[in-house]
Amino acid sequence: MVDAYLRQSPLAHLHLAARATTSNALPDAGVVLAEIPYLSQFVLRGNADNQAFTAGIKKALKLPLPISPCTSSVDKTGHSHILWMGPDEWLIVGPSDDQAHINSSISTAFRNQHFSLVNVSESRTLIRLSGTQAQNLLEKGCSIDLHPSAFSPGSVVNTHLSHAHITLHRLNSIQQPTYDLYVHRSFAEYLWSWLEDAAREYGLDNRSK
Amino acid sequence: MAQTNRLALGGDIDRTKPVNFTFNGHHMQGYAGDTLASALIANGVRIVGRSFKYHRPRGIMAAGTEEANALVQLETGARTLANQQATRVELYEGLSATSINCWPSPDFDLMSINSWFHRLMPAGFYYKTFMWPVSGWKYYEHIIRRAAGLGKSPVEPDPDQYDHMHVHCDVLVVGGGASGISAALAAGRTGARVILVDESKDFGGQLLNEQYTINNKSASRWIEDALAELSTMEDVTVLKRTTAFGYYDHNYAGLLETRTDILTDGGDKTRQRLWHVRTKRCVLATGALERPLIFSDNDRPGVMLASAVRTYIQRYGVKPGNKAVIFTNNDDAYRTALALKEAAVKVAAIIDTRPVPDGELPTQAIAAGIEIIDNATITGVNGGRGVKSVEVMSLNAAADGVMGVARTILCDLVASSGGWNPVIHLHSHSGGKAKFDQARGIFIASETLQASECIGAANGDFLLGDCLNEGFRAGKEAASKAGFKKASRRKIPIAEHIVEHPLRLIWALPSTKSIGERGKHFLDLQHDVTAADVQLAAREGYASVEHTKRYTTLGMATDQGKTGNIPGMAVLAQALGVDNPGDVGTTTFRPPYTPVTLGAFAGRNVGVLTDPVRMTPMHHWHELAACKWEDVGQWKRPWYYPKQGESMQDAVNRECLAARNAVGILDASTLGKIDIQGPDAAEFLNRIYTNAWSKLAIGKCRYGLMLKEDGMIFDDGVTTRLGENHYLMTTTTSNAASVLGWLEEWLQTEWPDLKVYCNSVTEAWATLSICGPNARALLSEFTDDIDLTPDALPFMGMKEGTVGGIPARVFRISFTGECSFEINVPASYGLALWTQLMVAGEKYGITPYGTETMHVLRAEKGYIIVGQETDGTVMPQDLGMDWILSKKKDFIGRRSFTRPDSQRTERKKLVGLLPVNPNDILEEGGQVVAEKGDHRPIPMIGHVTSSYYSANLGRSFALAMISNGTERIGDRVYVPMDGKTITCEVTAPIFFDSEGTRLHG
Repeated sequence: MVDAYLRQSPLAHLHLAARATTSNALPDAGVVLAEIPYLSQFVLRGNADNQAFTAGIKKALKLPLPISPCTSSVDKTGHSHILWMGPDEWLIVGPSDDQAHINSSISTAFRNQHFSLVNVSESRTLIRLSGTQAQNLLEKGCSIDLHPSAFSPGSVVNTHLSHAHITLHRLNSIQQPTYDLYVHRSFAEYLWSWLEDAAREYGLDNRSK
Repeated sequence: MAQTNRLALGGDIDRTKPVNFTFNGHHMQGYAGDTLASALIANGVRIVGRSFKYHRPRGIMAAGTEEANALVQLETGARTLANQQATRVELYEGLSATSINCWPSPDFDLMSINSWFHRLMPAGFYYKTFMWPVSGWKYYEHIIRRAAGLGKSPVEPDPDQYDHMHVHCDVLVVGGGASGISAALAAGRTGARVILVDESKDFGGQLLNEQYTINNKSASRWIEDALAELSTMEDVTVLKRTTAFGYYDHNYAGLLETRTDILTDGGDKTRQRLWHVRTKRCVLATGALERPLIFSDNDRPGVMLASAVRTYIQRYGVKPGNKAVIFTNNDDAYRTALALKEAAVKVAAIIDTRPVPDGELPTQAIAAGIEIIDNATITGVNGGRGVKSVEVMSLNAAADGVMGVARTILCDLVASSGGWNPVIHLHSHSGGKAKFDQARGIFIASETLQASECIGAANGDFLLGDCLNEGFRAGKEAASKAGFKKASRRKIPIAEHIVEHPLRLIWALPSTKSIGERGKHFLDLQHDVTAADVQLAAREGYASVEHTKRYTTLGMATDQGKTGNIPGMAVLAQALGVDNPGDVGTTTFRPPYTPVTLGAFAGRNVGVLTDPVRMTPMHHWHELAACKWEDVGQWKRPWYYPKQGESMQDAVNRECLAARNAVGILDASTLGKIDIQGPDAAEFLNRIYTNAWSKLAIGKCRYGLMLKEDGMIFDDGVTTRLGENHYLMTTTTSNAASVLGWLEEWLQTEWPDLKVYCNSVTEAWATLSICGPNARALLSEFTDDIDLTPDALPFMGMKEGTVGGIPARVFRISFTGECSFEINVPASYGLALWTQLMVAGEKYGITPYGTETMHVLRAEKGYIIVGQETDGTVMPQDLGMDWILSKKKDFIGRRSFTRPDSQRTERKKLVGLLPVNPNDILEEGGQVVAEKGDHRPIPMIGHVTSSYYSANLGRSFALAMISNGTERIGDRVYVPMDGKTITCEVTAPIFFDSEGTRLHG
């Protein structure tokens, strides 16, 4: 096992955890942000019309493969997700120590199936956004319709937030709208700066750990 | 100065809250709720500026967006705003405004001498005069702009902040007057997402200027109740001080919201916000703008729109004059007479162009004891610096001349009304057509390309009851079409209105002499375009309104001709003998409806947020090492790392020597990486790349060249076989995204039968490239599970294992010609490994090097860079790379090799150039010629693609693309540069270790 201290998240340079607001310090902040680094992330490619494939994934991950565009599935713990990325593409997300499990359970699930599984855990970091002004904040840089009637809990889109490509996932397990923003690591610092700037008028509560 | 013209009572202003401001340096006071214009009127200011061309004194003529005269320069320094309409500037404490377009002051303006020479400045004057000689314009323009220009732009950076908002809705209602509010209520009650916007600080539109009742309560109470109801609807957004400035295809509208006034520090709030609205349906309740009558000297300070006079009295509690004459062709202006009377302002007379004004409003005016002069016109306005009197005569039977005896009426205010123009700008922005209603002289919206409709006054329905009715219907219908059909039992708001009698259209009113002979009939007050100018244009052959507009500049000022365009068009039609003014057409309205600050378009895309800086995992190490950066797309890559006092050349020399004699380290993380998997992956690579891939062994790497269909080089890189059906492709940094797109395009559109998946893994890996004689020794300290000996890991081999305890892939690939190891580790470990290599490498002389050194080292080896040696017209054969073109299989681009152009013998070929003087460095891009001499033209035979000084060679060298280059090796060629011509010898394009001993070492 590699020494954990050697690891640097894409936003490590900003020392977010050290700058995090202490609990309830900002009761009025309209925006709550936190970096959640090092999640296990895999791009899965395969044929959604192939029953054996979809059933195999469900068996391997204990999660159904979302087939409807812009939807996701989540497990009971709320920590593992499969996000629909395209007609033949999904992003599997799990806790940081889940990489080996995801990799082995899928790799061994099929024989003679054409699919691909690529570990992209290092490609993106996750910024979790919540707070009363979360939707307004996103609307400053995202032209997707985020109204609950159009972007309900569990929805996923690949879009732009200002100039950065993000995968935007609205969690469905939490009452108050909470969004997961997956951002490529090279854009992470730009995106965090943009979010901080956009949140100024609402008040920002940084809960990075 | 006291508020001499402030009425004792009335108006939606707060007399307990005085607001101090300055105008042209004079201290004045208004009240909270005033606009700058109403405050200036209160303070008795008559002249607010000078006109654009003739520098005639001008006063406030309107009360809203249609104002053409009262433009001011607001504030000074960085926050200054040019050409602000005083009628739209809300008064705030400390406001400072100055007149524009006059010097030294609007009351005494030296440039007014222009009006003495008006006969010398006809329509098209500038075109006719200053276009000779043609080259002269650039000199004339400078002086003309200074004399004629409007406001001044700030020269300092804008200290204010702006942002954007992207929203979607079911129904967008533009305009918060009676129609718009009614529509928003009806739509909102269905549960639809509704956005209601109004440009002003208060909702109500024209209702604010009148005294109507709706549902048996005062209009203001009705507005209040409606807004209260809208605020309880969760999905209704109400935006005041927000202008819908543009309406585009796909029901996309741009709104500009002003959030704080200019001097208030908004803190963390932006001053203005630009809204991008995508709506399902759009209700355009944009109202109507009154147009003036066109009569002789209708620009005098004190000549105003009749509705504006009413607005100042009702809404702001100020009187624009003490003795008024109403000049009208319709009933509506009688309301102004009645309002003046009620405010105890004398009304000298109502001059009506109609023979028998006998509607209800005229009857009320007569009852109020106001004199009505019918079938008459104003033939002249006396008083250059402000109205003193008007001359009135009767119209003749044809209404093209006057008769009888002139009567002089003393007055200081002329309230003129020529009818109302529906505001169909937004409808027109998005491709909507308009038809001309000849009886009323207005354009009415016809076909629209959007899911939109104009309602109420914007559709020519001026009566209040109709507006409420239409609004209610349109709001409900729009919501229903957007899918919200919930029924409501609420009823249509009811209001009584007075039926008005038709107006009489006489576009340019006659005077005692023909038009242009006595006084000026102004059409466009801001650009000083007169009826005579338009008539002249017609005589000179201008038949299209679009051409006439550009020739006379009618409607091209900041107000875009809101008051003057339609009378101007009608005058043109008349001059051309066209019966229906609609037949000469109208100019197309273009966004923005009112000016939008450029800062609002920029939003937060300023400073560090202008464009993302993409950072590699080692970015901040490079930053601390004080490297100089090179921009590669959005990436920042270290260019070179200068030490204290080092020049760029010094630093690059040091880095180049270290990489060949000790060990150099490069951050290569930005190179594109694409994971390719599937049983057909090798076949796919065979088709994409020019060379063969079927026999590449697992754990081996191969260089590949990608062509476009035209046979020209598109990208290059090394691809490694990781497993049976698994490859890792690398691309150039700047083509990473386009190569992935290219692969997907072929897979999805041409070869869907191939079982291959491609995924980008560029960001997943940090790539650290070490090279040089000490590279192996350094790396061996970091790994015990990878055998680094040349036999175990030869050139073009790859091994997986650990480096510094981190899972890694080590590739023996080289872009420098040295024994080189490219170490790929998970991105989050990149910085740690880099730092450790730097520490451990110190004893080996480790030196970080940047892209410049990389370029020099690869050029010494003759390795090309796509985009530097190639430019989209270069084939592999041109680079002497025939060896990479498989003859046994097909690949993209191969067919194009048989094109005649591909087979030209004189195509440019890649060669080396050695300047005869080893200290001469050629300019990249320099043209190569075969003979020396300064006779022109010298045939150009090629160009320099790369040129450097090489510390390893101890001399300068270059790569070049030269026609027939291979056959010129050994010849002398010449590169003319600024000041001297450099003589070079043509060589093979390789300068260092041509046997490749180091590479394989």
